[in-house]
Amino acid sequence: MARLPAPVEELVARFGPHAQRVPAGGWSTRGEPDRVVKTHCCFCGQQCGIQLKVKDEKVVGFEPWEDFPFNRGKLCPKGVKRYLQDASPDRLLAPLERVEGQGFREIGWEAALDRTASEIRRIQAAHGPDAFAILTGASLTNEKAYLMGKFARVAVRTANIDYNGRLCMVSAGAASKKVFGVDRSANPWSDIPRAEAILVAGANIAECAPITTDYLWRARESGARIIVLDPRLTPIARTVDLFIPVRPGGDIGVFNAMLHVMIERGWIDRRFLAEHTTGWEAVEEAVRRYTPEVGARIAGVPASLIVKAAEIWGPARTSFLLHARGIEHHSKGVENCLAALNLVLATGRIGREGCGYAMITGQGNGQGAREQGGKCDQLPGSRDLENPEHRKVIAGVWGVPEESIPHKGLSAVPLIEAIHDGRIKGLLLICFNPLVSLPDQRFVREALERLEHFAVIDFFLSETARHADVVFPGSLMEEDEGTTTSVEGRVIHHRQAVKPPGDARQDWRILCDLAARLGVGGKFPYRSTREIFEELRAASRGGISDYSGITWEKIDAQQGVFWPCPSEDHPGTPRLYEGGRFGHPDGRAHLQSVEWRPAAEETDEEYPIVLTTGRVVAHYLSGTQTRRIGGLVDQTPQPFCEIHPRLAEKLGIRAGDFVRVESRRGALVVPAMITTTIRPDTVFVPYHWPLERAANRCTIRAIDPVSHIPEFKICAVRVARAERPTGPMAELAPEAGGVR
Amino acid sequence: MAELAFFIDPSRCIGCRACVQACEECDTHRGRSMIHLEVIDRGDSVQTTPQVCMHCQDPICARVCPADAIKQTPDGVTQSSLKPRCIGCSNCVLACPFGVPRYEVAIDQMMKCDYCYDRTSVGKRPMCATVCPSQALAFTTREEIERTRRGRIIDRWVFGDEVVETKVMVVVPEDALEVRVDLVQLGKPVERAAPHQTYDVAALLEES
Repeated sequence: MARLPAPVEELVARFGPHAQRVPAGGWSTRGEPDRVVKTHCCFCGQQCGIQLKVKDEKVVGFEPWEDFPFNRGKLCPKGVKRYLQDASPDRLLAPLERVEGQGFREIGWEAALDRTASEIRRIQAAHGPDAFAILTGASLTNEKAYLMGKFARVAVRTANIDYNGRLCMVSAGAASKKVFGVDRSANPWSDIPRAEAILVAGANIAECAPITTDYLWRARESGARIIVLDPRLTPIARTVDLFIPVRPGGDIGVFNAMLHVMIERGWIDRRFLAEHTTGWEAVEEAVRRYTPEVGARIAGVPASLIVKAAEIWGPARTSFLLHARGIEHHSKGVENCLAALNLVLATGRIGREGCGYAMITGQGNGQGAREQGGKCDQLPGSRDLENPEHRKVIAGVWGVPEESIPHKGLSAVPLIEAIHDGRIKGLLLICFNPLVSLPDQRFVREALERLEHFAVIDFFLSETARHADVVFPGSLMEEDEGTTTSVEGRVIHHRQAVKPPGDARQDWRILCDLAARLGVGGKFPYRSTREIFEELRAASRGGISDYSGITWEKIDAQQGVFWPCPSEDHPGTPRLYEGGRFGHPDGRAHLQSVEWRPAAEETDEEYPIVLTTGRVVAHYLSGTQTRRIGGLVDQTPQPFCEIHPRLAEKLGIRAGDFVRVESRRGALVVPAMITTTIRPDTVFVPYHWPLERAANRCTIRAIDPVSHIPEFKICAVRVARAERPTGPMAELAPEAGGVR
Repeated sequence: MAELAFFIDPSRCIGCRACVQACEECDTHRGRSMIHLEVIDRGDSVQTTPQVCMHCQDPICARVCPADAIKQTPDGVTQSSLKPRCIGCSNCVLACPFGVPRYEVAIDQMMKCDYCYDRTSVGKRPMCATVCPSQALAFTTREEIERTRRGRIIDRWVFGDEVVETKVMVVVPEDALEVRVDLVQLGKPVERAAPHQTYDVAALLEES
């Protein structure tokens, strides 16, 4: 019953997105703030420190927070404008209920909570406990992420809970866990400027992690040489020492061939490998056939570039690897990361100053949210849901029988497939906008339309929430207190700036209210998020991501605490693996040999061009928040298709044209951006927009066999010149999915 | 303590527009940015460069103002036009060699970057240079720039026959002593610089 209750235009008119350009109360009344709150930006895993100005109980502006060590006051445009969320006219202020043909009407909290609780019970009674699923998000605080996992397993008792970190960090996390036994960046950012060689693999740092730019430049000015691997000449690639315009999916060709050259030239730390690792022989054997020429054919670049990369990376005394979605969003995303990590371990350059690697988390709490049990296969403390010992520990913390904790459920994409084929009938969703962010949008929409009950907790009516039966108005980051864990593994403190407006409620209170109606209120007795944190600390004790020695006071005193922090007198662990001690029980790093294999959908005569997708600096994820902030909308109002002039000429596309990008699954029409900064065999469209402007109409529902990350970076398309779109969808404001 | 100064390092710019967005937030100009981000030629490069007011020692904008509406503070900051005096003639807009001042139709007045005078005069850093993620805009000491960056600091510009010295400094490659901008003669065809080959990915792929 989750079809749209009213035409899109009507829903947009009432609920937005509308671009807010003026602070709450207007510019003229802003004046001196009543208070200034030190907290963090909610957009992206860098989690920059920022101060929010509050006047008349509204967030009305910002002031840089120059004392916070990670960013020292620096912010990207998202951070600068994030405060405007609080002035949005689209803010949900009361629970909503779908009314067929009319849209939504406001209902009371009691009625809304009762309805969803009784639907959970009805669906589970008729179809089994796993027929009701939960999808959550990695932009939630640690406290809320922890609560989501507990709510699923103790209150709803469904195996099917997963999160949108599945679209972000899981390939990197799975690879790190395999190799090091720990899923966390190995080093604090302060190690980057101390490296002599830096390899940036598939990370558009300037746009997706802008603050990291200054760290790279500091390294560079001290003489570091930087290599960038990307199909697009990104802003950071413009000035580096070596840019390798790798074919999407060709990264393993570069990594394995670099290692091949390093072995030939003797740039391998064999003593380190013998003392601290396993698996080197198999890796050495595997890369034997990856000569620079073989690697070059796979990577679609000249072999000389690969040799140059090896010559920069191989003999350096210190080095740092940074990787992100560019190598991770693949049906071989884990393998791509494994091959990159082999370059780190083969040189023994890890666990000391200026030596190591980091995976650049994309989402606000991409690191923390995955440690607290919001994933289908994990329990708090980064524990394994199928490990009997781990289950026992958590059952003890929760005060439930071990056997009552469900086993491993479905990850995000298979979970949507289970909705589509009718195995899952009900869904509670928070902090996730699959109708922008998941691949194969038509399929996702069909799935949502088949739900018998669909409940959403959100602060705005996202494109996905439009399909809900019940919408609970939740809270923005600035309306609650809690912690997140940044890209560095640094646990930090988000302070509450204002209260939720109207009848909106803090997300965790909504979950506790639902839990009470499901008969387990006693397991959710929290009076504050600090109490949830205290339970989280206890649950993580002895786990890999051990927060047990972290208190909010310690976070404030130390400007963040790096996990693991196993006791209150422990200062935390900024740098992992010092002394070559890794996270596996044998204390060794486990190298994995990797062979290149093709993508799920390679190009052919019918669909001859690769579409790759990604982000722009002005927008965050599915745009639910940033498409409502005027300055950011104006900066990048709509998606576009980057296309090389050679390809454009072949296709008869000129500057100013619209183009139709079409795959086997769907199509979108966007303006062409003709530029020499992309490979001629590849086009790029950023994914932050909905409806007919959603890049994910084209992308493929293929996932990595280990991490289950979708292959957002490769699908086969054809591209043609198109007329300017017309019709009701095109006439929407660009932030709502129209064209300008 | 050494004096804080303003530096632009265009090679670091990533085009993120944090500077422009932050400038809009100043309470004195309320949603209007006084600085610009120049996109050099997106078809050919991702290069961008931020343009704040360079605060010329002898400001051309003030010299050409028929209403004497543009004043320089004793510490060398050239301010926006004085509202009661500005006649909206746009002489300054046309004369500025850096393209900084803007005539704002809505208020019939020229406004421009004023070095965040409300912040810098009380010891705070300008908004744009504080937030700049790449520190292409930096407000720090000359010693700090010399210690941490390669390249040369210059404050001297040559536009045809005119020499301009500025309070804001620019970090340029080691071999440059000044920045020369040759003038285009009106009526003659403009010679465009050839596209920078290394910014063409297709050319990189063909390298043998």
